[in-house]
Amino acid sequence: MAGARGGAPRSAAPYLFLTPAIVLFTLFLAVPIGYTVYLALRRTRVSGLGLGRGSRREVFVGLDNLRAAVTDGELWAGWLRVLGYGLIVLVVMLGLALLFALLLDSAHVRLARFSRIAIFLPYAVPGVVASLMWGFLYLPSLTPLGGLEFLSPSALTYSMANVAVWGGTGFNMLVLYTNLRAIPRSYYEAARMDGASELAIALRVKIPILVPALILTMVFSIIATLQVFTEPTALRPFTNTISSTWSPLMKVYRDAFVTGDLYSAAATSLVIAAISLVLSFGFLRLVRGRAFGESR
Amino acid sequence: MNRRPVGALPTGLLVLGALYCLLPVSWVLISASKSPGELFTLGTLTPGTGLLENVRELDAYRDGVFWRWMLNSVVYAGGGALLSTLVSAVSGFALAKYRFPGRNLIFNVLIGGILVPSVVLAVPQYLLFSKLGMADTYWAVLLPQILHPYSIYLARVYASAAVPDSLLEAGRIDGASEGRLLWRVGLPLMVPGMVTIFLFQFVAIWNNFLLPFIMLGDDGKFPLTVGLYTLLAAGANQPSLYNLIITGALLSIIPLIALFLTMQRYWRTDLSGGAVKG
Repeated sequence: MAGARGGAPRSAAPYLFLTPAIVLFTLFLAVPIGYTVYLALRRTRVSGLGLGRGSRREVFVGLDNLRAAVTDGELWAGWLRVLGYGLIVLVVMLGLALLFALLLDSAHVRLARFSRIAIFLPYAVPGVVASLMWGFLYLPSLTPLGGLEFLSPSALTYSMANVAVWGGTGFNMLVLYTNLRAIPRSYYEAARMDGASELAIALRVKIPILVPALILTMVFSIIATLQVFTEPTALRPFTNTISSTWSPLMKVYRDAFVTGDLYSAAATSLVIAAISLVLSFGFLRLVRGRAFGESR
Repeated sequence: MNRRPVGALPTGLLVLGALYCLLPVSWVLISASKSPGELFTLGTLTPGTGLLENVRELDAYRDGVFWRWMLNSVVYAGGGALLSTLVSAVSGFALAKYRFPGRNLIFNVLIGGILVPSVVLAVPQYLLFSKLGMADTYWAVLLPQILHPYSIYLARVYASAAVPDSLLEAGRIDGASEGRLLWRVGLPLMVPGMVTIFLFQFVAIWNNFLLPFIMLGDDGKFPLTVGLYTLLAAGANQPSLYNLIITGALLSIIPLIALFLTMQRYWRTDLSGGAVKG
């Protein structure tokens, strides 16, 4: 017998097949993470006048860099900006994605194919180009929406969130729509027979089924918004209201490549990673009962 | 029961969403046709007469470096997505079709990579590459983007659904090696799923900004995203350069939109089902 568990005979083949992935994982994930931790625990010390060979040494400083990163006021301001931006993006983008997915799935819309393609289209536009296009649309000299100050300090967060919402809604809509299409129609025929309206079916039947997919899209969106870099960087040339440390990741970039302080950059990226992990795991824990309760 | 709603409101909402998504793209399309003078004087939705002149000017910009960026993007995205798809498919096949000690551990560790923010990786990857003298090379952008944990997950799901155990068993009885089974039975059956993985990876690499921005210094190696950014950073306060930037933006999104419209049936996010739905 080929074994009660129905697998292939024991051989080295699966390990061989997995070797490329494991090698890549080690080289481009494990080693860089290890190196980041190593750097975060070290710093250059200057002895004497800082001239000559050996006067600059790299020394172990324990948690000093991390402590500095956690208490850095500039970084905190960045976190607050990203928090406000992220909340808008999350609520509006996923709300619209859900709305459009439900509309596409209901039987009573025209132009569904056109709308689905058009809404998914921004997915094919790089974040840099999206920021660039919106950046021009925000410029007072070019905007067709006259009279609005899109890049003023008070409107900036919304304008930036708009770029992310524009770019991300379509993909999330597709994920949710695919999940909706996988539900057998018979599932809500009964409700329809009983005279339930489309709205009631959407709220009482479809949304509950979508909860796991919604959670997945939310976790990925949280991770993505915490690391926002492209949009604020590409909008900077249009205005001077975006500082070089607008988001935490921009500060990492500045520390590493402008001021040349690799140790702070490493410590800050560890803090960003920790916050992303805590938030996404925390969120998963919070909703786990609801998400996976019915499927297990 | 039978009175079907008119559907004006749902249709209206959807079309509104579609128009919102088309707004910047159509603005770029129209603006790229305007000469520098027309850009600020013609109405927003009035096409101008300068498209060819704009393309010619972009073509002449720094000896045609724009086309070089586009070619680089094709190399990074095409090569990276191809390698990424192969690695994912082979790994997914192994994880789905074999039972072996360490299988769950390997899967969980690989998948854990999904949650690692790219920020933790890009900076140390740059430092490690520069220690090897390989920063600012094509490899520095290509290699780190091959491993894609989510694609491995998708490939595993797809292999479970698309490759029947009985076929593999039959092949083994005929004396085929495991490598041959992978190459001749497994991968051919996984092709539709692999196309989907390839497309998503192609777009992800094509659209990536952070990694090449950090890795590359020589603008001859830039992909479009970084190239356009440098053009923007140089020209945002020189309205005379706007035409160049806007035309570049338009030309840079055409290849992807074409790929996207022609390969529509492969744009799926769920690979567990069999035939393409919808």
